[in-house]
Amino acid sequence: MSVRVGVVTFPGSCDDRDALRAIELVGGEPAQLWHADDHLHAADAVIVPGGFSYGDYLRPGALAARSPVMRAIVRHAGDGGPVLGICNGFQVLTEAGLLPGVLRPNTGLRFRCHDVGLRVQRPSPWLPQREPGDLLEIPMKHHDGCYFADPATLAELDRYGQVLLRYEPNPNGSVAAIACVTSREGNVAGLMPHPEHAVDPLLGSADGRVLLAGLLGLARTPAAA
Amino acid sequence: MNVASPQPLHRSLGLTDEEYSRIGEAIGREPNDFELAVFSLLWSEHCGYKHSRRLLGRFPTSGPAVLQGPGENAGVIDVGDGLAVALKVESHNHPSAVEPFQGAATGVGGILRDIFAMGARPIAILDSLRFGELESPEQRQLFGRVVEGVGHYGNCVGVANVGGEVEFEAPYEHNCLVNAMCVGLLDAGRLQSAGAAGAGNLLVLYGSRTGRDGIGGASVLASQGFDEDSAGKRPSVQIGDPFTGKKLIECTLALIDAGLVAALQDLGAAGLASSTAEMASAGGVGLDVDLSRVPLREPDMEPFEIMISESQERMAAIVEPERWPEVEALCARWDMDATVIGEVTGGGRLRVLFEGEPVGDLPVAALTDGCPRYDLERTRPARLAGPCRFPPVSDPTAALRTLLGSPGIASRRWITRQYDQLVGSGTVVRPGGDAAVVRLTPSARAIAVSLDGNGRRTWLHPRRGGMSAVCEAARNVACTGARPAAVTNCLNFGNPEHPEVAYELAEAIEGMALACEALDLPVVSGNVSLYNEHAGHPIQPTPVVGVVGVLEDADLAVSAAFRETGDVVLLAGNGPAALDGSEYQKRLLGEVAGEIPEPDLDAERALHGFLAAAAAAGLLQSAHDISSGGLAVALAESAILGGVGVDAPAAEWLFDEGEGRVVISARAGNVPALVELAGSLPLRELGAVGGDRIVAGAAVIDLSDATGRYESAIPELMGDR
Amino acid sequence: MTRVTVTVRPKEGILDPQGEALRRSLAAGGQPVLAVRAGKLFDVEIDAASDAEALALAEQIAGDLLANPLIEEHRVDLAGEERAG
Repeated sequence: MSVRVGVVTFPGSCDDRDALRAIELVGGEPAQLWHADDHLHAADAVIVPGGFSYGDYLRPGALAARSPVMRAIVRHAGDGGPVLGICNGFQVLTEAGLLPGVLRPNTGLRFRCHDVGLRVQRPSPWLPQREPGDLLEIPMKHHDGCYFADPATLAELDRYGQVLLRYEPNPNGSVAAIACVTSREGNVAGLMPHPEHAVDPLLGSADGRVLLAGLLGLARTPAAA
Repeated sequence: MNVASPQPLHRSLGLTDEEYSRIGEAIGREPNDFELAVFSLLWSEHCGYKHSRRLLGRFPTSGPAVLQGPGENAGVIDVGDGLAVALKVESHNHPSAVEPFQGAATGVGGILRDIFAMGARPIAILDSLRFGELESPEQRQLFGRVVEGVGHYGNCVGVANVGGEVEFEAPYEHNCLVNAMCVGLLDAGRLQSAGAAGAGNLLVLYGSRTGRDGIGGASVLASQGFDEDSAGKRPSVQIGDPFTGKKLIECTLALIDAGLVAALQDLGAAGLASSTAEMASAGGVGLDVDLSRVPLREPDMEPFEIMISESQERMAAIVEPERWPEVEALCARWDMDATVIGEVTGGGRLRVLFEGEPVGDLPVAALTDGCPRYDLERTRPARLAGPCRFPPVSDPTAALRTLLGSPGIASRRWITRQYDQLVGSGTVVRPGGDAAVVRLTPSARAIAVSLDGNGRRTWLHPRRGGMSAVCEAARNVACTGARPAAVTNCLNFGNPEHPEVAYELAEAIEGMALACEALDLPVVSGNVSLYNEHAGHPIQPTPVVGVVGVLEDADLAVSAAFRETGDVVLLAGNGPAALDGSEYQKRLLGEVAGEIPEPDLDAERALHGFLAAAAAAGLLQSAHDISSGGLAVALAESAILGGVGVDAPAAEWLFDEGEGRVVISARAGNVPALVELAGSLPLRELGAVGGDRIVAGAAVIDLSDATGRYESAIPELMGDR
Repeated sequence: MTRVTVTVRPKEGILDPQGEALRRSLAAGGQPVLAVRAGKLFDVEIDAASDAEALALAEQIAGDLLANPLIEEHRVDLAGEERAG
């Protein structure tokens, strides 16, 4: 079955077109979602893409999290539908309460764009055919990517196995080098690095395909999460 | 502060008495203050090129691939497969000196608008920056803020920053240079024009509201009606809003996709005054503009303020009346204000109304084509001298170590990693080598793009410096395997009314034109920034050249990094080189003097042809241009980028700089084919890739030491680990 | 030790992109908001002999560093006053 993946465009989204292209490349059916619509055009899975929604004004992701399309995404996630937040999308999902924690300015206080190593922490339907200990190389590009959660939240993340990837080395000061977390139910995931920019070896890496394949897989068999 | 002006208004506005009487003749009466302000801006060097226009006529501007030459918002060339690219570089030197972050940010915003005004989606930004020496804390802060400003705007609008250059030289200490280039992609059949047409069509302003931004010299008008205090509060700093800039890009491209606009023009220098005059002039029509309809950010703006405001993120469009409802709806979808502020007329006049009253009535031709054009008095600068004599390099290893850690040569990664290099999914070769390569998805084609200049070389010999800038930018592009196709340029010079500066300008243009002719490179767009000086001291004459080249197959792009142990390293080309004006002379001998050698343009052309053919045949593992720091630094850079050593004992004349030379590497089995392809072009074996040292003739340095020096120099100066 | 609050705002007439984006976002949600200006607030603890000395020093810090006088204006208050206000 072809999986229809909706990619949201907020005012200020930048990597939405790249995500649509990447979904096509991994065999999904891309569909554009508009921030002002409160429905998902029958999408089976959703990507909240990177960029600077609402100019990152106030706090990154804060204004986008209150847009109509997010109400539909919260419903979709509540029904077990898969959602992947990338970069600004990760920030939006934390602001919307779909993922724990918060993204703060990098400890170096500068925007950083380069490839980064991501160590697989546990087997997950988000990472088909990857084992704990595997290393992915995927580019990151952000100013506010320092993941933060309080000790109680961190303990919960560990207890429920919600940390999928950790940075190696840690590029932005994220607590416990956390790079990718899921919701407790497992159907919502977010990370700052850009899997949609790692789908073609000519451009440096194809390691990002695994996360997109995971998203398609979860849409086919939601129970797997 | 406003002191009552002792001189006539036109002089306060920067117009000469003779220009003032020409204005009177052109309009057949005395101009009112509003009209005088508009003339003063359109007849400025910045808008009217009154000192440079005659010299700029020297550039070759046509060629089979040129779809749009100079005169529009940007130049456009055909790159095959039904695709075209728009390109332009522009300066934002003065605003960046006043407020570095906002000046740099709005510089990027402005060049982006020029590109999407042509109907092109911006796909790449490059920036060329010059500051004083980084040893100074003020210069470090300036540099840091400019880089942040460039990154802030480009990152936020989602256009990849793929390259450029930065130099540090004392003459730029009080007059930094911030030049930004943008390249956009469009279907070859979808070119937009700025030319207004069709009497009765609507003039639509959309984007941000208009405030008192950037009302610089003309604020003298304000002093006539306001007290000192209120006039002093008028901001002249333009604030960039990349969020609105991003919506403006998407909204504009959507308007074009839907076929809703007949003409497009961005609002840049001199705001509505210049954009309405240019649209009317390009279309051979007139425009009636009602300034009371312009949405304002602040109350009580004077008509002249509305007319010349440089508020950012605004576009003007010509729309057929029946299309207006769709335009309004599409702008609303992108949360953009859009307002009809006037209409096209048949008369060839720019008529301006405010609250029902006419405030200005000007013949369009007088504003644009009527701008005076001056010949410049030129004097050869006394400093220009013959070549220097140099003692032999005493310690080549120490010299190479020094140069690799010199801010003029060291890695630019500290800068480029603050920029999004990847958005758009096109960046095949990232910044750090010679030229960046950007794939034109879904086509298999790619473009290579480079932005280069060399003030030091142009200061030592303006004509050869001009040649050199074109040769280097084109050679950088050629190193990727692309065929250089077109040029855009930004001419940063001092005050042209000084005969020595006029000489530099004229000679540099002549050198650039000669190189462009020899390399078959049309100049399709450009910008001139004059009066770059401080306390009577001009900057080094700095022509900055952007070159776009075409690569038929992105898979065959070549990078500057060495790849595999055992690959043969060769020197391709044998252009004349010398230590005069080199980084070695500056860093090791503490001076910049002498005369740079004359580039061999025929050999340069042959070298570019060889590189394109060799890359197309898949024969090259790497190719890297020899420029700052000479052959030794080029070898070291390819090694550092590749993470593998090089043993090139045959290298000599290690630090001489000049045009027409490239370090290439190839699998041993491919060398005979390369030799055959080279024909009469000199091709000399220097050694092989491999090991953990860099051996460049007599200079020997551990790869890890070299990498450390090269990568850490700028981060350490900037206080980052 | 004296606590001083420094408030930095965009100067009147200067474009405030953040405030404008907030206004549009709130207006889109139906809120009757006419204008938003977004600034910054700094709590500064100063080792000073008197409130007057602390205020003078804060004024200097605000003018030199915390605000960019080209585009921002600032205001300095004793922290207690600010709370009372």
